[in-house]
Amino acid sequence: MKSSVWQYLDLATRKLTPFLLSLALVMLNLMPLHLPGYAAISPNFALMAVYYWALHCPSLFPSGAVFVIGLMQDILSGSPVGKNAAILIIVYIIAVSQARFFYAKSFLVVWWGFLMVSLGVATMEWFVASIFAARLLVPEPAFYECAMNVAAYPIFGWLFVLVHRTLPREE
Amino acid sequence: MKEELGTVVRVATPMRSLAQRFAFLILFSGAIALLIIERTDPRIFEQARMGVIDAATPVLDVISRPVASASDLIQEVRELTSLRATNVALKAENDRLLRWQHAARTLLVENGQLRELLNFVDDTATHSVTGRVIGDSGGPFVRSLLVNAGTRIGVDRGHAAVSGEGLLGRVAFAGESASRVLLLSDLNSRIPVLVEDTRARAVLAGDNNRRPRLAFVSADARVKVGSRIVTSGLGGMFPTGLPIGIVSEIGDAGIRIETFASPERLEFIRLVDYGLKGVISLTDGEITRGVDRKR
Repeated sequence: MKSSVWQYLDLATRKLTPFLLSLALVMLNLMPLHLPGYAAISPNFALMAVYYWALHCPSLFPSGAVFVIGLMQDILSGSPVGKNAAILIIVYIIAVSQARFFYAKSFLVVWWGFLMVSLGVATMEWFVASIFAARLLVPEPAFYECAMNVAAYPIFGWLFVLVHRTLPREE
Repeated sequence: MKEELGTVVRVATPMRSLAQRFAFLILFSGAIALLIIERTDPRIFEQARMGVIDAATPVLDVISRPVASASDLIQEVRELTSLRATNVALKAENDRLLRWQHAARTLLVENGQLRELLNFVDDTATHSVTGRVIGDSGGPFVRSLLVNAGTRIGVDRGHAAVSGEGLLGRVAFAGESASRVLLLSDLNSRIPVLVEDTRARAVLAGDNNRRPRLAFVSADARVKVGSRIVTSGLGGMFPTGLPIGIVSEIGDAGIRIETFASPERLEFIRLVDYGLKGVISLTDGEITRGVDRKR
């Protein structure tokens, strides 16, 4: 049947959506906004994507995809290769294992969860950067970025919900 | 039937979660291994890095354009509101610059004559390329820019990145169609500099602060707030005298330099090849080869 091929293609694209969307966000993250001081504290779009999809729809966003997203982020942003890959995998593990707790909870609870994750990520970012610089760095930039993440999450969360509604249901 | 399904689920679920955990473990240790390799030799992934960046350049180029035009528009509106004041200031500056131009012309002629007398060899053959900024650094501990100019049009590692105001940094990686500029404020940036009036040598060290720090200043350097800082040309990376910034603060946090160029606002930057084969821009292999050639 002709339609089954199209149905298959349609399903495949939908299944790939979370991954492709996250990849696009990694690129969008690099967009120079020409605002003084913005570059260092720009929110981490990929982190929000990984948190959302791991929590709400892990079957469409396997751990391999998270790893690839992390590597892309490392390479494009000039960070040490493997840093974001490791951090995003940890975020993914935490989110997947706590998905039951967050199931059908209000947005505020999910947001609070993201705050916690984001704080953890800031600490890890600072830790890795300090190891690479071989001295203790001033941790502030990481926590400014964390604040930006938390502030931006509702917007991105809403965007992800819109996309999520168009995707096939999880088995 | 129902019981059978129950058994399948009971056996399959732990198996699946075991496989999942195994995947997590593999991926996580893979990432850590990459980090360790990168820590030991940052150049190992250079090829892969530039390959990915080259591939992403067209996309980054497209998405950076609308923002650039929007920020141009804002800038234009802002300039319109202060047209009269700017005009007055520019006239005053023009007057001052004309006097400087006169002085510079006289000095240029004198300099030329003196060089002729000394048979001075001019080694400042420059070749410059202008590129558009297509990417910011994405991370709290990285200060760099992606520029859409690469080896295809003559950009290479070690070239100076400058704006009209002064030095911004240097090219850290060059791919075929894009390159990454390491800014002066990045943690990995170390530039040999001079205090212009006293000729005291120092190193401009980035520490992730917007204003980089002056390190290794000798105790008798007599640096004061407002002193101009220029490149010293030591190490053969940059020529002597490229403007960098002025000393803005001397305090507990060290001597801080306010750079003339502010990288965030720039849409276009110039990548200049001064034709210097600096120690830093060479790979180890090239250094050995150079030694061999000398012998």
